[in-house]
Amino acid sequence: MAKETGICSWKELALGTAILTPGNASELKTGDWRSMRPVVDYEKCVKCGRCYILCPDMVYSPRDDGYYELNYYYCKGCGICAHECPKGAIEMVEEER
Amino acid sequence: MIEVRFHGRGGQGAVTSAELTALAAIAQGKYGQAFPSFGPERRGAPVMAFVRVGEEPIRSREKIYEPDVVVVLDPSLPEIVDVQSGLKENGTVVLNTRKSIDEVRREHGFNCRLAVVDAMSIAMDVLKVPITNTTMLGALIKASGILPLEALHELIKHRFGPLGDKNFEACRRAFEETVVEE
Amino acid sequence: MARRVGMEVSIAAAETVALLDVDVVAAYPITPQTHIVEHLSELVADGQLDAEFVPVESEHSAMSVCVGAAAAGARTFTSTSSQGYALMVEICYIASSLRLPIVMALANRSMSAPISIWNDHADMMLARDTGWIQTVAENGQEVVDLIMHAYRVAEDHRVLLPVIVNLDGFILTHMIEPIQLPTKEEVQAYVPPYKPLLRLDPDNPVTIGPVGVPEVYTEAKKAQDEAIKNAKPVILEAWDEFEKIFGRKYKPIETYKAEDAEIILVTVGSISETAMRAVDRMRAHGKRVGLARIRLFRPFPVEEFVDAVRGAKLIGVVERALGFNGYTGPLCAELKSVLFDNGLNPYVWNFIAGLGGRDVTVEDFEEMAECLEVKANKNEPMGYEIVNARE
Repeated sequence: MAKETGICSWKELALGTAILTPGNASELKTGDWRSMRPVVDYEKCVKCGRCYILCPDMVYSPRDDGYYELNYYYCKGCGICAHECPKGAIEMVEEER
Repeated sequence: MIEVRFHGRGGQGAVTSAELTALAAIAQGKYGQAFPSFGPERRGAPVMAFVRVGEEPIRSREKIYEPDVVVVLDPSLPEIVDVQSGLKENGTVVLNTRKSIDEVRREHGFNCRLAVVDAMSIAMDVLKVPITNTTMLGALIKASGILPLEALHELIKHRFGPLGDKNFEACRRAFEETVVEE
Repeated sequence: MARRVGMEVSIAAAETVALLDVDVVAAYPITPQTHIVEHLSELVADGQLDAEFVPVESEHSAMSVCVGAAAAGARTFTSTSSQGYALMVEICYIASSLRLPIVMALANRSMSAPISIWNDHADMMLARDTGWIQTVAENGQEVVDLIMHAYRVAEDHRVLLPVIVNLDGFILTHMIEPIQLPTKEEVQAYVPPYKPLLRLDPDNPVTIGPVGVPEVYTEAKKAQDEAIKNAKPVILEAWDEFEKIFGRKYKPIETYKAEDAEIILVTVGSISETAMRAVDRMRAHGKRVGLARIRLFRPFPVEEFVDAVRGAKLIGVVERALGFNGYTGPLCAELKSVLFDNGLNPYVWNFIAGLGGRDVTVEDFEEMAECLEVKANKNEPMGYEIVNARE
């Protein structure tokens, strides 16, 4: 019979279910949720930074040259960046696995 | 244990009278309880306050239904409130009034031991305000012997600061002028 | 040496909190508040208490401030009543779940409607399932003592749970009576400084209050449930220690002339004192009546209650709250379940009395005991009634 139980013993939980390792959300890999991946055409990009601002998972980070690079560890393929890019510089392409 | 009920009007200091009586008893090493008629405070409305004083720890948490002494701070109250209600058989009603014992008995049909004092005149004379709570404490002490008069002195001084001595003077005068029925 | 003072119980409660050197007091300052936090605000304003007094805009915020302050490692206090408590409840669950040792004086008052500022135990029952430890005071001295006890228990690293000290609104909060007020040295000997086990600290960041997904929520609640169960020995130990320092003894279930009693009345709070006088009078007439008084409500002291009432044939549960379940009051339902689990089968009748400031007198208790006997003799089905409701 199926049975659902916890991911750890109640005895292992910290006081009040606190999390003692700060910032460990950064370890959560959301990149494998993705079926479509954003690809940037840097020829069209005008460095406006909308992708950087609007990405819910902080995939984009600014480079020294003003363009933005992607960290696919976190990109879940939501497509907000592609939808919001004013220059149509971001294309969602099918993830090949 | 002596149980006292004060009748006054909101703002006249009946609750303070009750408090001072209990505090004085406690300071004397006795046991005492004071509490207001619970509820919102409304200036001018008839209010009650209660005191218990005893030699033993007091375990009553009910209101006082059968007082030994009733103190009435305002002369107009007996017309609208049955101040004698529940009074014990040998109990006393202490009234602030200009009238004599015979007159108030006739007017209000009291059938208990009475004590009267013109607290209003004393208060106006000594304190220059028509507030009779400390004055009536002198009358309560005279009529009931609940405490020695001196027990109130420090307390009243402490409570009323610069007006302390005058308040105790009013209290002392009432103690002297109260007429108690034998 | 403790000094004997005549004092309003609310003021004594505040003075005790001040002696405990609390760091933060957060409270909503308007109705249904009592003099407890009013006096604390005076002590802070006068520089007699070095604490942060936060006069927030609602009780919801009051408890939120307490949660934040306690999570940062502050010794924290608040006080409220009735509707104010109801508004607080959402955050009260969070306080206990996060294991924050906040102490609250709950000046018990009834729940509206109709609007009532008077005393009963509706708010105590609302707090029933929030995961707070709850003790109940019967007089002013016990309020002082139980507030000290509350901090000692709450901050013990074996406990780390919030505590409510219940005191009857008006009947205790507005009562002037003699109280032994402890000295600061005595208080500090009994309640050591608070050392948080875990706190919000920028140098050592932790996350307090994360999401609990279904894969962990059950385990989180199991841990919390174990915590309140394990609090009981610490609560008892803290009372033993209290007796050593202050000479006053506290037990989770207090009894009065219950040893040989055939009839036991169960009471909660200040009515217990009136009930004792009723017991004395009934005993004088040869009736074997006694009392079992609930001192510790949460966690519920099952063994002590069973021991207290084991010999009774008739039990009258007198409580100041309704359960609106159609068959019994909330406390009585719980006590019946304890009796059932322990194989006891006395005749139990539930008296709902003292709602919304209705006085409960010596005579009332005598009548309740009488009524209990009559019902048991007639073998009437067990149930409840609202005492003194005029037909």
